[in-house]
Amino acid sequence: MAAATAMRFGQLSSGSDMAPDWTTKEVSTGTTIMAVEYDGGVVIGADSRTTTGAYIANRVTDKLTPIHDRIFCCRSGSAADTQAIADVVTYQLGFHSIELDEAPLVQTAANLFKASCYRYREELMAGIIVAGWDKRRGGQVYTVPVGGMLVRQPVSVGGSGSTYIYGYMDSNYKPNMTKDQCLRLVSGALSLAMERDGSSGGVVRLAAISETGVDRQVILGNQLPKWSTTGYIPYCLSKGLEIYPTV
Amino acid sequence: SNTEIHGCGNQENTFPCRRNAVLEGKLSELGYSSPKARKTGTTIAGIVFKDGVILRADTRATDDMVVADKNCMKIHYIAPNIYCCGAGVAADAEVTTQMSSNVELHSLSRGCPPLVTVTRQLKRMLFRYQGHIGSSLIVGGVDVTGAHLYSVYLHGSYDKLPFLTMGSGAGAAISIFEDRYRQPGSEMLKKLVRDAIAAGIFCDLGSGSNVDLCVITQAGVQYLRGYDQPAQKGKKEGQYKYKPGTTAVLTKTVTPLPLDIVDESIQLMDTQ
Repeated sequence: MAAATAMRFGQLSSGSDMAPDWTTKEVSTGTTIMAVEYDGGVVIGADSRTTTGAYIANRVTDKLTPIHDRIFCCRSGSAADTQAIADVVTYQLGFHSIELDEAPLVQTAANLFKASCYRYREELMAGIIVAGWDKRRGGQVYTVPVGGMLVRQPVSVGGSGSTYIYGYMDSNYKPNMTKDQCLRLVSGALSLAMERDGSSGGVVRLAAISETGVDRQVILGNQLPKWSTTGYIPYCLSKGLEIYPTV
Repeated sequence: SNTEIHGCGNQENTFPCRRNAVLEGKLSELGYSSPKARKTGTTIAGIVFKDGVILRADTRATDDMVVADKNCMKIHYIAPNIYCCGAGVAADAEVTTQMSSNVELHSLSRGCPPLVTVTRQLKRMLFRYQGHIGSSLIVGGVDVTGAHLYSVYLHGSYDKLPFLTMGSGAGAAISIFEDRYRQPGSEMLKKLVRDAIAAGIFCDLGSGSNVDLCVITQAGVQYLRGYDQPAQKGKKEGQYKYKPGTTAVLTKTVTPLPLDIVDESIQLMDTQ
């Protein structure tokens, strides 16, 4: 998913040089989002940065949106589009659940997202991961990228920062992991993506969804996992080493 | 990187955009340019404190590089407990906040509206117009659940935060907030908002003139227009008048014109 928006509105907002780009560019959740299944539930995670052009409009965004008691969606793409779609699906799923008189399936929620994203694919820019727990199939992750495809995957990443962590995900994901292993995988992957992608950053928001409920956490910037290439300058300073000049 | 996803969200094929493009072309052939919408330039800021919400705005409206209105009102009434600051195109910000009558009808059956209701109505309308209504808003107020502050951007996205700034002066104002914001109980917050708007006024060309202040608490609303005037107009340093007789008069011809007064009307100019 491209970080900056594809929407331009002709003469109306192209206006004066006086106005910086954050007054005219659409708000985009640049983003890295991720979801992993484990036996008994799912773990989902997202960064917390929302940008308008080069300005960070919200540095503590919550991109993990509840759709139902045990179903969440991770939003990436245009903030307005994804918030609007999520509201519509929350209503549709709530209504459906009342008619059904039981908790809805994650597959139903995912199909509702797909229906909206595919029908209005020309007008929307939304990449969504739907994840949750239901009693028929347990923990499930469905991904609905830009264009409106729907596919179920055991682990899925999305957003502009996802490109940097495909390798990490492919090599570190193993089937039948425990919940704690999944939490470490997600927080590790997100911190790597936030390190490299300019449109992702802030804090890491995690949620673990299972039969017993939803367990949410926030990992602040200074508590993120550290890698051998992060914190290079503080490391050099602490050891009295030379800091190699950057180009 | 700025990659364009093919066929996704490109609005330039719609009729109004094509018509505007044709008009712009025809006008520029003649040497004119089409009139630009008047933007409110603007610095607006809001902050949640212990008892409620403070909203502050500057009062300058600009027409390209000319100040069109030195004392415009950017803090709009929506409900007795909810006010809204608007940035962006001045007309659009006004129109968006004329939903106060809808809110009053709603409150006849449902009582005092919670802030989420107002925010939802605003964002639904802005999303429906896909960003063509060029107004970004900060909505703040106190309802039964407490004091809240929301920002709504022109495409219809919203954020809920403890402090917010918007407009062309947002960068200057947010830097003050980020540096000095502490937990909501502090008395420093009122001074903080004042400093944030002052930063916007001094560091942004699109913001200036006076500062309007609106403090909303459970007890009521204090709306102070022209609360602060950080930038006073300077005094002229020298004398630019010439004595009568400096320029010699060579000839003088008087031609009286036969005119009758048909209609007389008086229009007051704002010379503050």
